[in-house]
Amino acid sequence: MNEPTITHALDRKETTTLNLGPTHPSTHGVFQNVLEMDGERIISGVSTIGYIHRAFEKIAEHRPYYQITPLTDRMNYCSSPINNMGWHMTVEKLLGIQTPKRVDYMRVIVMELARISDHLVCNGILGVDTGAYSGFLYLMEQREHIYEIYEEICGARLTTNIGRIGGFERDFNDIAFAKIKKFIKNYVPVLKEFEVLFTRSRIFMDRTVGVAAVDAQTALDYSWTGPILRACGVDYDVRANEPYSSYEDFDFDVPVGETGDVYDRYMVRNEEMYQSIRIIEQALEKIEKEPKGIFHADVPDIYLPPKEEVYNNMEALIYHFKIVMGEIDSPKTEVYHCVEGGNGELGFYLVNDGGRTPYRLHFRRPSFINYQMYAPMSSGMLLSDAIINLSSLNVIAGELDA
Amino acid sequence: MEKISNTALIEQISARFGEQTFEFSEPIGLLTFETSKETIIDVLTFLKTELGFNFLTDITGIHFPEAKLPIGVIYHLHNFRKNVRIRIKVFLEDEHPSIPTAFVLWRGADWMERETYDFYGVNFEGHPDLRRILNMDDMVAFPMRKEFPLEDPNRVDKKDFFFGR
Amino acid sequence: MSDIKLAEAPAGIEGSGFFATSFDKVVGLARANSLWPLPFATSCCGIEFMATMGAHYDLARFGSERPSFSPRQADMLLVMGTIAKKMAPVLRQVYIQMAEPRWVIAVGACATSGGIFDSYSVLQGIDEVIPVDVYVPGCPPRPEAILSGVLKLQELVRDEPMRRRNSAEYKELLNKYGIQ
Repeated sequence: MNEPTITHALDRKETTTLNLGPTHPSTHGVFQNVLEMDGERIISGVSTIGYIHRAFEKIAEHRPYYQITPLTDRMNYCSSPINNMGWHMTVEKLLGIQTPKRVDYMRVIVMELARISDHLVCNGILGVDTGAYSGFLYLMEQREHIYEIYEEICGARLTTNIGRIGGFERDFNDIAFAKIKKFIKNYVPVLKEFEVLFTRSRIFMDRTVGVAAVDAQTALDYSWTGPILRACGVDYDVRANEPYSSYEDFDFDVPVGETGDVYDRYMVRNEEMYQSIRIIEQALEKIEKEPKGIFHADVPDIYLPPKEEVYNNMEALIYHFKIVMGEIDSPKTEVYHCVEGGNGELGFYLVNDGGRTPYRLHFRRPSFINYQMYAPMSSGMLLSDAIINLSSLNVIAGELDA
Repeated sequence: MEKISNTALIEQISARFGEQTFEFSEPIGLLTFETSKETIIDVLTFLKTELGFNFLTDITGIHFPEAKLPIGVIYHLHNFRKNVRIRIKVFLEDEHPSIPTAFVLWRGADWMERETYDFYGVNFEGHPDLRRILNMDDMVAFPMRKEFPLEDPNRVDKKDFFFGR
Repeated sequence: MSDIKLAEAPAGIEGSGFFATSFDKVVGLARANSLWPLPFATSCCGIEFMATMGAHYDLARFGSERPSFSPRQADMLLVMGTIAKKMAPVLRQVYIQMAEPRWVIAVGACATSGGIFDSYSVLQGIDEVIPVDVYVPGCPPRPEAILSGVLKLQELVRDEPMRRRNSAEYKELLNKYGIQ
């Protein structure tokens, strides 16, 4: 007798394996997550990374100090000037170079512009993932203006290679200052409009409030830093805790969230953009008071002399040769320097043996460390929430894989 | 929130561990010392629970091929309340270097240790999932060791022939 | 009057009520002006591609309005960014999944030649695993350069004979990469 058996859907306990990535339109980069799904809900996940591992640390051991700046560009390419400056300041800390205040303020301006461009991409994409494309277009338009400022300062748009060890390669010209002033004037209304579209939007709030909430203890346990840690309520910001590049001269707030959910991360990033504008305004005022025309520290044995002097002046030629061939005396020691990158504490651990190249250079990459919680925290989440969680973590593939 | 001085830290650490922590130094102001793999977890626990170094900033490796103990593992810790950092080093032997995992203290040590394993081949005992993370799973060598070449030795596009040599 | 320019008709014989030209040219015209891109963005160049798709540069003006994330529906594979050796099989798989006719643009120095990343883990140019039609220089290329690359590809597509994809030479090319 073959009687048909009826199984209830609930008794079957069937799960599906879903392969998200490595190339998937909703993952903004190349990471793979193999998810075990029960319907729409994630039971467990395994992350695989390394799809654009480019061996930065190995390459850095074979490059002189000034050639490492282009490598740092390509880590977090949404805010490359912060990486560049962080690296320059690490070497300056190693060599004991004190930069003039004007250089510090110029750096602050560029770094805060970079922070804005990083956060606006993240929040814009968050809008795209929750189903609102227009906010992204509003902000991307503004990012073009930031790129125009970079172009005026250094000639490049995205991978800037901005500045040198000891300062900048040239002074900001008047057009650059005019563009910065125009940008900070125009950006605030656009950001306000963006906030009007999102912050109290019913759909946006339903999609983000309470999603992927993380408490402060867990976040610290996973070594989170940056906006996502501040969204959990920990007011750790490298700019405030260990001020570099004269951040102690500026008056700004460190915004913190409460619940650590996607909505709080969005709010923290938005507020940080306002604070960045505030910092830039102050920096522009302070630059006015500094002596004009100073754009690098007076360190002829580190900072490359101008080309016309190299051709006409013996001393400059010798310095040029020494710097390029890496025959500079440097202390045989080690240094850890960190800056507040777009995604958190961006650290450089440099071991120097006095040679032309670093003996060991390790990048503490915030995306790499922040992302490791992704798979554990996804379990129990809806798939659509997990996607939003990913975009609010703002994991940059270049920084993740180094 | 007053800063705790490095000398005070050295005193407290030496008082607790004596000879097991050594080589205290302060390169560019950051307190650095060495310990052995037998005591590392005790040292980290002491630092975390009693001295307030509650945040694990980074774990990484280093290779000194000439040294007696060539493979190093370097920990950076951070005390948020006092705003102090500290660096701890452990040096290990060349063949099958192995050290207990810090995963028991910080969940964040997970990928940092996997990365160190991937680059230097350090076996973190007790790590829940010690696999390669950045490189391909079928790789045998540990690429950040000094003897490993930067460029792929099998490549053909850099032969002298192409440059008329 | 709007200043929108339409694609020009191919050369042919025209009379009242009819227009005669070769089928090749008509198909080429249609294909060239409706290339659907599959953005395979891995790193920095992908960010510049975002700018290219955005309002300021607007790739849609050239008939590539819809980025097709599914390989089956895409005509033009834009490889943007470093392809590590771990990624190479994935890229090859994506290429194989695309339906003929398919074209490939290598955007940026990394996709073209490995760029500054001359290391053990990076593929030294995607043409080691898949055939490439257009290379765009730059690290990363400016959006204008990406647009120029797409326009160059349009020229190739416009002039491509319809039988090319069935020819022995083409089969041999694919065989060289081990693609059937």
